[in-house]
Amino acid sequence: MEEIYQALVRIVGAAYVSRDPEERFIYARDPGTMEPCEPDLVVMPNSTEEVRQIVLLANQMRIPVVPMGGGLVLSGLTRPLKGGMVLDMKRMNRILEVDEMSRSVLVEAGASQGMLQAYLKKHHPGLKHSIPDAPPIATIAGNVLIHGSGHLSATGGFHSDMLNGMEVVLPTGEIAKIGSCATSPYWFSRAPLPDLAGLFIGWHGTTGIATKLAIKLYPDRPLGDVGIFVMEDPELVPGVIHRLAGVAVAEDILAFMANAPAWLRGFQLVNVKYGAETGEELRLKRDLLRESVRTYIDEKVGGFMPLPPEMKQRFLEEPQTTLAVFADTREGGGFEYVGAIMPIALFPEAYRKGLEIAERHGVECATGARIVGLGHCMMFFYGYAFNRADPSDVKLAQEALEATNAAVLEMGGIPWKAEAPAQKQIIEKMDPNTFALMNRLRGVLDPNGIMNPGNWEAD
Amino acid sequence: MEHAEILHRCFRCGYCKLPGSFQDLNCPPYLKYRFETYAPGGRMWLLRAWLDEEIETIQRLAEILFSCTACGNCVEHCVFPAFKADLLDAFTAGREELVNQGVVPDAVGRYLRAIHSHGNPYNLPKADRARWADGLGIERYSGQEYLFYVGCPGSYDERGQQMARAVAGLLQKWGVDFGILGEEEGCDGNEVRVLGETGLFEQLARENIEKFEAAGVQKIVTLSPHGFDAIKNEYPRFGGRFETCHYPQLLAGLMAKAELRRRNGPLRVVFHDPCYLGRHNKDYLTPRAVLGALPGLELLEMDRAMADALCCGGGGGNSFTDVLGGGADSASRVRVREAAGTGAAVLAVACPKCARMFEDAIKAEDLEDELRVMDIAELVQEHCG
Repeated sequence: MEEIYQALVRIVGAAYVSRDPEERFIYARDPGTMEPCEPDLVVMPNSTEEVRQIVLLANQMRIPVVPMGGGLVLSGLTRPLKGGMVLDMKRMNRILEVDEMSRSVLVEAGASQGMLQAYLKKHHPGLKHSIPDAPPIATIAGNVLIHGSGHLSATGGFHSDMLNGMEVVLPTGEIAKIGSCATSPYWFSRAPLPDLAGLFIGWHGTTGIATKLAIKLYPDRPLGDVGIFVMEDPELVPGVIHRLAGVAVAEDILAFMANAPAWLRGFQLVNVKYGAETGEELRLKRDLLRESVRTYIDEKVGGFMPLPPEMKQRFLEEPQTTLAVFADTREGGGFEYVGAIMPIALFPEAYRKGLEIAERHGVECATGARIVGLGHCMMFFYGYAFNRADPSDVKLAQEALEATNAAVLEMGGIPWKAEAPAQKQIIEKMDPNTFALMNRLRGVLDPNGIMNPGNWEAD
Repeated sequence: MEHAEILHRCFRCGYCKLPGSFQDLNCPPYLKYRFETYAPGGRMWLLRAWLDEEIETIQRLAEILFSCTACGNCVEHCVFPAFKADLLDAFTAGREELVNQGVVPDAVGRYLRAIHSHGNPYNLPKADRARWADGLGIERYSGQEYLFYVGCPGSYDERGQQMARAVAGLLQKWGVDFGILGEEEGCDGNEVRVLGETGLFEQLARENIEKFEAAGVQKIVTLSPHGFDAIKNEYPRFGGRFETCHYPQLLAGLMAKAELRRRNGPLRVVFHDPCYLGRHNKDYLTPRAVLGALPGLELLEMDRAMADALCCGGGGGNSFTDVLGGGADSASRVRVREAAGTGAAVLAVACPKCARMFEDAIKAEDLEDELRVMDIAELVQEHCG
């Protein structure tokens, strides 16, 4: 290990490589429930060339490499399951280029959501990107690469759908350009070339290390509003979402079930956010949304909640800080969730399963769903808070998460950014030829098996 | 350890690393070192691991914990209302444990020993404490309305002495009835407290309170916002209750008396909020009111201002111990680049530690032809007829 350490010092400088117990302790874990796995080293590259040299070294020394962005995935994907080095990418956080006309931005892989949000607000106030409800220090690259979603997902789909192109260091050390940037100076789309981005998205860092990426930007309209459609019967939710999304004016649609205040408990709420250039356009969009669900209003089974301006402001906040605060529900700083990607038609069943699992395991489960596209699918989340100082409480949450992953797969959904054990559950359900293809691709890309080993592996 | 019960409640969401705008890293040690261990959340988890004996007490843990400048950005931006107010106290308590075990960075040890033996971190004789006032004709305190409490940097550091003279000059010019303790003045102990040497802090605080009370002091104006914070917010725990203000707060009330004149040409000035006046005591407007009253002065703002201000990196004893160290990512150098980026010719400060940190950073950044550091009192003096 001494030889590797000295080589890393030569590549990134002594200040940015550590084998000390403090870094090994912190980088062994994330805020979720997964057991810690200690890295041998933590290294922080500052350029694509440094990443390339590190990967070459890792091949030579047969040591695992685990790329990490914000470290906020919660499902333990950046824990080095088989030791090796964690590559903390956050020094590579430059915003390289904004193309106003084509509405895109090129960033380094360590650039954070918050940093880009602030940068656009200051330098390109007419543009914004889709912000997930992860804390603002989460990286853009990390979220795109796990198929994240966010505040513009009703408009633009998954964040991976908003990817125009990437620069990737392959597991064998070559630097590859993906998308239009492979043949053009512009990073405008992944079409019309073979879409190689699929080799790197959803693979949990097992096929390469993204060092740059270009994503789509969207108009940041000066006016914004939010409407909350309330109903009691969960069976109605898919229809309501289908109609609201079908109007194609919403930027974000989020369904949730409030536990507080008490009088809202048991109600299903669908939160629709939209923006406009003028007051007239805003009113028109509001009216269109209202008309889309007129049947429910007329039948008195649902309706839009009146919202005081202060509350509207809170719902318009990006990202929503309330999600991080959820971690303190049990006064224990722990929170993990299953994000189940599934059709919106499964909403009622998904909701009922959440209630059942919570009751069976004696835990509280916060549920909700972010709608992706025009109701094309949803990310249904089951959130479990736990007290990290109480091992029995952590175990309860782990068990509830495991049961939830199983239930999601049984329903026909797929756990998103799944923990290593949940990946195995997915593989069991997966078409064997698909998994065989994954393994063949991985074998070709990473012949020495250095990239985040232990992920996407069957027993 | 005090506040141990909150350590595990940190989610490590990272809001504490950023300003409210999220534009860049705003925690000085994290900005400099970039390892998660140096972020407030990392420190919380490390402290808990250390208490649980999952990691050992070694020098590097001390270096991480003592690199915190106590700037309060984490307290300001933490999203957990139930315990955010206790974050800095938890870090202080952690350092106190390390001090008690004798595991501190060498520079911190030297700092604390110097204050213990000489009453100041400079290892200079007590007799030199009033040298800054030589020739100014300032009276020793004997029942005047205000005690001008100068503190260690104002007494011994060349840049701090310049600031002390500027403030005293204005007070004299405007007929404020004040005196100083001179050689009898003691260290306010603010950094000693933040570094976790609570026993020494209590001793310093009690000695100062005794002196203030014996002299009949009721009102205190301080040169440093660090001293202001200690006397105003910490001394009451030991029975010391004085009407305390930081000097811009006194100047603000006196500006009406000033005969101010326009300098030759406009002067573009950007103000840096000192952490102990700003985030710790929530006074963002008074210094701006003083600067805004100066004719011909154009007051600019950095993107990170007021509650979002990036610390100069000098708090928590760092202006002296330099545990945080230099380099392009040091808070002071990042901050002077930010200040220069506004187009200002002057970076206005209200703290001798900030002044020292920024003057060094301007040299390191080779910005001497573009930007100079001036204290608020020095700027006011320049505009006085």
